[in-house]
Amino acid sequence: MSRQLVAWIQAAPMAVVMLAFLVAPIAMIVIVSFWGATEYSIYPAFQFDNYQFLFGSPVTYTVFLNTFKYAAITWAFTLVIGFTVAYFLAFEVRSLKWQIGLFLVCTIPFWTSNIIRMISWIPFLGRNGLANSTLISWGVIDEPLEWLLFSDFSVILAFVHLYTLFMVVPIFNSMMRIDRALIEAAYDNGASAWQTLWHVIVPLCKPGIMIGTIFVTTLVMGDFITVRFMSGSQRANVGRLISNDIGLLQYPSASATAVVLLCTVLIVIALLLRLVDIRKEL
Amino acid sequence: MSMQSDLELVSLTKRYGDALAVDAISHHFKAGVYACLLGPSGCGKSSTLRMIAGHESVSDGSIVLGGRDVSHLPPAKRGTAMMFQSYALFPHLSVRDNVAFSLRMAGVDKATRLKRADEMLALVEMQKYADRKPDQLSGGQQQRVALARALITRPQVLLLDEPLSALDPFLRIRMRSELKKLQRELGISFIHVTHGQDEALALADEIIVMNNAVIEQSGPAREVFNAPRTAFVARFMGGHNVLDLPQGKFALRSDEMVVTPAAAGKIDGRVSGIEYQGTHVALTATVAGEQDVTALIPEAQFFETPRDLGEVIGLGWDERAAHPLAS
Repeated sequence: MSRQLVAWIQAAPMAVVMLAFLVAPIAMIVIVSFWGATEYSIYPAFQFDNYQFLFGSPVTYTVFLNTFKYAAITWAFTLVIGFTVAYFLAFEVRSLKWQIGLFLVCTIPFWTSNIIRMISWIPFLGRNGLANSTLISWGVIDEPLEWLLFSDFSVILAFVHLYTLFMVVPIFNSMMRIDRALIEAAYDNGASAWQTLWHVIVPLCKPGIMIGTIFVTTLVMGDFITVRFMSGSQRANVGRLISNDIGLLQYPSASATAVVLLCTVLIVIALLLRLVDIRKEL
Repeated sequence: MSMQSDLELVSLTKRYGDALAVDAISHHFKAGVYACLLGPSGCGKSSTLRMIAGHESVSDGSIVLGGRDVSHLPPAKRGTAMMFQSYALFPHLSVRDNVAFSLRMAGVDKATRLKRADEMLALVEMQKYADRKPDQLSGGQQQRVALARALITRPQVLLLDEPLSALDPFLRIRMRSELKKLQRELGISFIHVTHGQDEALALADEIIVMNNAVIEQSGPAREVFNAPRTAFVARFMGGHNVLDLPQGKFALRSDEMVVTPAAAGKIDGRVSGIEYQGTHVALTATVAGEQDVTALIPEAQFFETPRDLGEVIGLGWDERAAHPLAS
């Protein structure tokens, strides 16, 4: 057998998996997005009605804007919290044993499903929930806060809770690769702790921050269940738009929205990758 | 000026828990000296250097630089600068920005600090590479950049932590002469930690041999090599035989040994090894008490009267070449 043939055979299983589970479904979505639909049926076609409707509706723009808003705010919070946690683990915790131990503690929430973690916020944040009753008993507030649950606040809280670890892990990884002599060298050159953080640690963590950013933005932009549960179906993002269409069996319309969302996310990632070269981190 | 930048260690001590890394050492470094802290790994030389630099806290005693106790000052306030073993250049900054880093931290404006950085790069002949990143440089070039970065703060004392150990042997010899030249030009003190005695002999005005957390011997390079005071120093400096004779312990330089016919020298021995080394032949003989003695004989002289393995020979030396050892 020629070497080339062997190489093809070796690559084949992965290629088949990718074709079957990644390329084919996406191709299917793209194809269906051009199909037509009536109230009770869908029919194969090649028409731009779905896209026309999508881009012609003001709802689309509001919902996309809302999705970006969720992504941006969640990103900002996960970045600050994630960086702080990673910094603590990488630089403040000295022994490897404690580092591993505390790292495992961070992953404990992942032992249950996303949905359960989300739902467990509801009794806490509700009108008569723990948070409100505690605040009332402390005398901080006189009547329950309405915005705690089923609001943008609760949606973003859940997002931050669910996705901060995706920021912690890559940043922690970047930090562990920083030669400790660099920190000493900065100190030797008269840098204060903040200057060292800003001029040495943050720049060297950029690839990790970027990978975390990609995780968080794609997860938030593609989400629909968190928004539905935590907003009590009162807020919308693109994921919910798609899920509603599917609920109404409007597959072509859902597909068109999915294609637009996919393109949007890809553009966001392409822009992020132009900012920082993450190849050396992989 | 010269009096002002003398560096003095006063019973400097470093403890890690119960372990004693540096045991109350005292030493006076004159301004403008090239001093080498020499010793095997774990002898406390690196801890000493890091305490002088301010990267390790002082457990006891003090460090006085230019008449000022700097023991508890942050590194940048001491008038010292450190060159790290792995150079510790910032990988995300260009060579110029690396050199200008300390000025940037001090808030010096951009034009001034870049001009100063270029001057320092000219000093180490690295102007051409100013815009490169550290990973695009060779080991020797990285070292020059690290030097420039350490020197831009105009330190009174430059501390070098095994600066040549990351280089290949050829480059090591070249960089070592450049270090010496730079030190002479700048006229500041260099304190250089190394475990290589050849490096220390080649560079140092003054050698401080450390072992087991204390200074075994210090003095001018020639004095330490020629007149070792302890068996440890004699062995560590190399080129010596430590002989345990009835009248006491002596250090004898291998190249001061004279090979004679049996019974004509001071002691007899049986040849146990002959090694051709180019300019010299190293002849090892086993003498009374199972001690190995090496005689370094000029090549031509050896081949005039070649010796064979197992042959009994006499070994002699000049009385003034035998240095009595303390232990």
